[in-house]
Amino acid sequence: MSEPLTPEAPAAPPPVLGYLRDREVHPPLDYPGYRSTALRHPRRRLKVLPHLLTEVTGPLLGEDRIGELDNDLTRQHDGEPQGQRIIVHGQVRDGDGAPVPHTLIEIWQANAGGRYRHTGDNWPSPLDPNFTGVGRTLTDDQGRYRFTTIRPGAYPWRNHDNAWRPAHIHFSLFGRAFTQRLVTQMYFPGDPLFFQDPMWNSIPDPDARERLVARFDYGSTEEEWALAYEWDIVLRGRESTVFEDEIALEDDDE
Amino acid sequence: MTAPTTPSQTVGPYLHIGLPWPDGPFAAAEGSPGGVWIRGVLTDGAGAPIGDGLVETWQADPDGRFDHPDDPRGAVARPGFRGFGRCPTDAEGRFAVYTLKPGPVPSHLGLQAPHIDVSVFARGMLNRTVTRIYFPDEPEANAADPVLGSIASEAARATLVAEPAEDGYRFDIRLQGEGETVFFNI
Repeated sequence: MSEPLTPEAPAAPPPVLGYLRDREVHPPLDYPGYRSTALRHPRRRLKVLPHLLTEVTGPLLGEDRIGELDNDLTRQHDGEPQGQRIIVHGQVRDGDGAPVPHTLIEIWQANAGGRYRHTGDNWPSPLDPNFTGVGRTLTDDQGRYRFTTIRPGAYPWRNHDNAWRPAHIHFSLFGRAFTQRLVTQMYFPGDPLFFQDPMWNSIPDPDARERLVARFDYGSTEEEWALAYEWDIVLRGRESTVFEDEIALEDDDE
Repeated sequence: MTAPTTPSQTVGPYLHIGLPWPDGPFAAAEGSPGGVWIRGVLTDGAGAPIGDGLVETWQADPDGRFDHPDDPRGAVARPGFRGFGRCPTDAEGRFAVYTLKPGPVPSHLGLQAPHIDVSVFARGMLNRTVTRIYFPDEPEANAADPVLGSIASEAARATLVAEPAEDGYRFDIRLQGEGETVFFNI
């Protein structure tokens, strides 16, 4: 257990191993194609934050966050929801290929008709009394996760003329460190709406966009029950050595 | 060989069905001795409140330790202390997290003043933004803090320091424009 605390300031510890920086993988915060970014992005240049203890640690949330039916979105009501039943499964790894075990995954999505159970979603597509569209699970000791749900529908929005979001499931992940936190969306293969979707197009590298697309997984379908999709998620990996020049604080150049 | 990471996407307008937890705002158990509320308002570049955002916080305990394998010192047993808070913003852009003030956190760059790491998510944000909360009653520690010290502008530094409030602290987050909060490339 821990040593008694002493009032003297401890000697400076050695540097901690940080996480690989991957900003170029992610969409920019200022992306005119997605109009709502206009007033919701910082104009000041982001300041490089070295990865210190607060950044390489994070909440390790456990079973107490999970209810029994949280990983099966088709069984959360008295009746069954409408739509195509699907299994969505995969593995969470870090950039070094190591599984990320026992980490919380949260998902939310529209129903089969593309309607969210949210007071702000009022487009003319019905709610499903048997579908909430919210799930949670923990990855197992191999970083694997599995949800049963309904394939979500596409839905219109007002970003541009005749704008439609491709069908997607929102995913939220913690990893093992504040630095690894990721919120993203999983898409379905061959969606014809990608071309006009600013969320999709905001990702600079076309190869990186494809990493958001699940693979149809015939081998994991369940006969006379559910189709299956496999989607692996890669969180940031760790630096292999401490790079003194990268972790030194740069002078402010505003 | 490192594998490329999965890109971020926005939380979108409907995060409120999926992410809030009933106990989300409680980084420390309600009624903990020394507990404080950190309250603030999230605003956009027009100064308008952001009613569909989410604020998350992560911090050391009052001894400056983390209950995590990467903190070699280990945590001091502290029932009810999670160190992680999560609060959706309401229609007026308000959020609040109940917690214990963290202790100073050692680093190879020098002792860090008590601070809380913050993630901000919202519709219109394709990725989270990250900032830090520092405390107004720590002027000496703040002056010696290596991260604050790397920000040349005093006005910019001041955006990271909370204000005293009746039941804790006030920390507003301005995404853009007048008084824009300093955000970090993490």
